[in-house]
Amino acid sequence: MSGALRIVLYEGPGAVPLAEEERFQTMAALLNGGFEVARTRVVDAAAQLVLGKFENGGPALPAAAQRRDISGLEPAQVVESARETRDQAGARKLEAWKPWFPVIDYDRCTNCMQCLTFCLFDVYGVDQQQKITVQNESNCKTDCPACSRVCPEVAILFPKYKNGPINGDVVKQEDVQREAMKVDISALLGGDLYGSLRSRQADARKRFSTERDESKALLERKRCLKELGKQLDIPDEVLMSLPSAEDISERAERAKAKLAQRQARSQTVKDTRPAPSDKEWGI
Amino acid sequence: MSETPRIVYCNCTYAKVVPPEVKGEVLRRLCASGAEFEAVADLCDLSARNDPALKRLAGGGPVKIAACFPRAVKWLFHAAQAPLPKEGVEILNMRERSADDVSRALLGGAP
Repeated sequence: MSGALRIVLYEGPGAVPLAEEERFQTMAALLNGGFEVARTRVVDAAAQLVLGKFENGGPALPAAAQRRDISGLEPAQVVESARETRDQAGARKLEAWKPWFPVIDYDRCTNCMQCLTFCLFDVYGVDQQQKITVQNESNCKTDCPACSRVCPEVAILFPKYKNGPINGDVVKQEDVQREAMKVDISALLGGDLYGSLRSRQADARKRFSTERDESKALLERKRCLKELGKQLDIPDEVLMSLPSAEDISERAERAKAKLAQRQARSQTVKDTRPAPSDKEWGI
Repeated sequence: MSETPRIVYCNCTYAKVVPPEVKGEVLRRLCASGAEFEAVADLCDLSARNDPALKRLAGGGPVKIAACFPRAVKWLFHAAQAPLPKEGVEILNMRERSADDVSRALLGGAP
């Protein structure tokens, strides 16, 4: 994967320093445009675009770097110039995706796999050492921190979440106790999550059969989902995209089987078979 | 003689979790100072993309990072296979600390 374009705002020998306000406005515009930029007096070998108000030929540049004199340019024009260079250089483009994904605190993680079992969107996987890892960041549903709530060790962070300790704030003893209470989803929902959804669906089916009132059932589903969303702080969008109860049940069984398989393998010290591939795990 | 720490500033461009007045003021003071620094649009984005820039930022000696919670920053780097060194790293939390405080810490008391 190509990296982001490396921009250097050069103010060393061979360039006139920018005025303070101009420097701030230019830096802010580039950052808000999603660019990485270094203010330096030396052009390093990694520079790809060197911006500055050059004089006397400016500094020597690495072979791959481009120079752009920004004298007289407004910040927006500097950003446009950076975009052109980025496209020419084939550097990574910005995407609309808000970088929302779980980050694992391995100082706390016990590799219990609850997150892998819980997540409906295949965000988690295991590495060659059978250690839990985040494999598909972009599958994560924006603003949904649900998996962090089932982690018994408060080991899953969402740095852009509003509250601690999910946002990375220090984990306090009361956080651990609170999360421990939630480990058993039963305590939260009066049954395990999947069971709860299945039961609610079964109830809805009963009503269908006796009352044939679809609108009432839909209202019930919406009410339950809203309640669930409120308790776990799950966005509506995620709740509405939940698979059917059957799908969830099948997935849970599959995950349990994989975990049992993993545990059986790890308990056999003589087992010299190679670790299963991602395909074998089905993740 | 000890090495002068590098300065890394995260703009948290893709979310509003860092108070804009804090991050804006910190950037303004960095720009007003004579200091050289690296500014990134969003550390989360770099981490999610495994951007090689994180390896460069994590390597190269002592560093002060103005971003968010230290635990989050530490594991964001780790997630991108660019772990921060155990020594010589100071993470300044712009979500909780004031612009004055962060700027002073970044610029060694001379913002």
